Amino acid sequence: MNQSAPIAAPRTTTALAVEAHGLVKQYRDKRAVDGVDLAVPQGCIYGVLGPNGAGKSTLLRMLLGILDVDGGTRRLLGSDRPIRMAREVGYLPEERGLYPSMPAREAIAFMGALRGLGLHEGRARADDLLDRHGLGEAKHKPIRQLSKGMAQTVQLLGTIVHKPRLLVLDEPFSGLDALNQGRLEKLIRAQAEGGATILFSTHVIAHAERLCERIAIIAGGRIRFEGSVADARATLAQRVRLVTRATDGPWRAALPPDAAEEDGHWQFDLPDGGIEPLLSALIEGGAGIEQLSIERPGLHDAFIAIAGGAIGSEDIAEAKAIPEETGDA
Amino acid sequence: MRELIRAAWVIGRRDYVATVFSKTFALFLIGPLLPLIFGGVFSIIGISGDSGPGPAPTVVAIADGDIARTLAAAHKRVEAPDSLRIEPPTGDLHAQTRRLLDGGDAAVLTGGLDRPQLTGASDALDHLTPDVGTLVDEARDLRALDAQGGAPTKVAVARRAVTAAAPPPRKQTGADTARTGQFVLVFLTMLLCGVLLSNLLEEKSNKVIEILAAAVPVDAIFLGKLVAMLAMSLTGIVCWSAIGVGLYELISHQGLWPQDFTLDTPAVGWPLFALLGVLYFSASYLLLGAVFLGIGAQAKSVREVQTLSMPITMGQLLVFAFASAGVGRPNGHTAIAATIFPWSSPFEMFARAAELPTLWPHLIGLAWQALWIAIAIRISSGLFRRSVLNSAPFVGRSVRT
Repeated sequence: MNQSAPIAAPRTTTALAVEAHGLVKQYRDKRAVDGVDLAVPQGCIYGVLGPNGAGKSTLLRMLLGILDVDGGTRRLLGSDRPIRMAREVGYLPEERGLYPSMPAREAIAFMGALRGLGLHEGRARADDLLDRHGLGEAKHKPIRQLSKGMAQTVQLLGTIVHKPRLLVLDEPFSGLDALNQGRLEKLIRAQAEGGATILFSTHVIAHAERLCERIAIIAGGRIRFEGSVADARATLAQRVRLVTRATDGPWRAALPPDAAEEDGHWQFDLPDGGIEPLLSALIEGGAGIEQLSIERPGLHDAFIAIAGGAIGSEDIAEAKAIPEETGDA
Repeated sequence: MRELIRAAWVIGRRDYVATVFSKTFALFLIGPLLPLIFGGVFSIIGISGDSGPGPAPTVVAIADGDIARTLAAAHKRVEAPDSLRIEPPTGDLHAQTRRLLDGGDAAVLTGGLDRPQLTGASDALDHLTPDVGTLVDEARDLRALDAQGGAPTKVAVARRAVTAAAPPPRKQTGADTARTGQFVLVFLTMLLCGVLLSNLLEEKSNKVIEILAAAVPVDAIFLGKLVAMLAMSLTGIVCWSAIGVGLYELISHQGLWPQDFTLDTPAVGWPLFALLGVLYFSASYLLLGAVFLGIGAQAKSVREVQTLSMPITMGQLLVFAFASAGVGRPNGHTAIAATIFPWSSPFEMFARAAELPTLWPHLIGLAWQALWIAIAIRISSGLFRRSVLNSAPFVGRSVRT
């Protein structure tokens, strides 16, 4: 797994690659997307996070013009007719789709041709991409003869073969093993460094935490949070973990009201006044501090707090059950 | 518009290449040939079987009174010739003889029993004269016996060969050609529209449709698929025609092709008839294909497609019945109605090409069909677009995000 840090310096410009205001999608009695506002700056890696059924894929499809909108407006690379910008966009749908009998090279060239790339140029680029991604030997093999991971890589290469300015990836890590997930993260970074805007959806928080400059957390068809990863983490207070030698004494009066003892240690939110006054009171009260740490909440905690708070306890349990690293729902 | 055509070309080219250069296309080509080959072989066998001895040639004896009765009695006894009819003289014996021969009778016996004369085509006389001689001899014997003891005498039947009257020419209406042409057109359209539907279903099941819908206008997907399958169909038709012509040449050279197993030359001539066949096939295919694609796009499973295609197929058969009802009377009310109804119009106009030589109605017919093709494609692509753009499920799922 690629553990490199998120791209530190934002390369974004003020122009927006994707813009949506009050987007609505209604399916009979269910409102899949309910008044979503979104602003994805150009050159940004932007993650749409949400539990299963939150409305992520529907939102992406609406932004791309695959689905008609029932309300609101959208602009993709400045156009309110997304299909007009198709040549500038690459899209990897959640449901991977390739013609099983088509050779890998032809599949990539075909996807490029759909986006306006000449067939000969597409084949040349496909050869180069396949070679660079270790699939040179699979060039002439039909898709049905490739492993799932290889086929998925071929589809991803088909998504970038025409060098899009905007890359929209719907659950791109789904179905990939750890090794391929790492390769995909690398590829996404490379595209971003090449100037492309990346908009991807995921319910696996670790990828977003490593890759994204900005995120939107969606639940129940609505955006519950929009901002940087740091902003998301900042929505939760820092947690103090305290282990003392003394089990009782005057020091306990210094603990905040929300402090809870669990497995021999205390946990509570960092008080508004900071750690120093608390530390003094504990020492003076004879706590015998054995260990004190301040833990900064991760994006995963923030996600569960934000999305879970929006969709109820049942869904929180579901969100907690999401395996962090495998990416499979 | 340019982008629409470019995108349709990309999709159509992929579909065409993927279909025509697949193993299953070879099977597809062979499929319809098998029933045709078997049908052809059995037809030839049947026709050959039918080409044995036909009904016996009829000799007409012009006689009345005693001679007529005696001839009838003699014929009962000797049963020669095989078929005899006795008619009374009507006045002008020569004219009566001519009329009988022109009407298809083989030979005419005149002159009573004393100066019998058999008139007919020379080859008919060759094999009928001995039988007629036997008949006349028997009749004279009977007459002698009737005359109580009169000794019968033999007389020879005089032969009078006349130029064989040609059978009245069968009126060349082209109706058989029209019906055959219509059948071939309907058969091909039904077969190939079924392939189109399967192709669409495959597209839905392999989930490529979402990639296409994200990259190109949905109308281009629809148009590309329709035109690709038309091109594939025409490829199939060219192959089948080539194989058919080859088989015909082979059979003809072997002398196995039955002489009477032929179709009338179409009124517009064979080359133009073939060209119109291609145009009307394309029209009927596009009209029906648009309906198949539009309705098929609403289906989410193989079962649904089968359920939907059944009424369409039944509708096709009704259209065929409607169009074929007009054959034989190309200017009749039924034919005109079938020409106006867009889905039967190609079949009816194709039949018309076999029956009438006038060409300008075909220009109008093709223009009328082109208009309806545009309307059908517009409506169906709208349905297709709506089913793709407004359904959350791409593969028959319930709402998902």
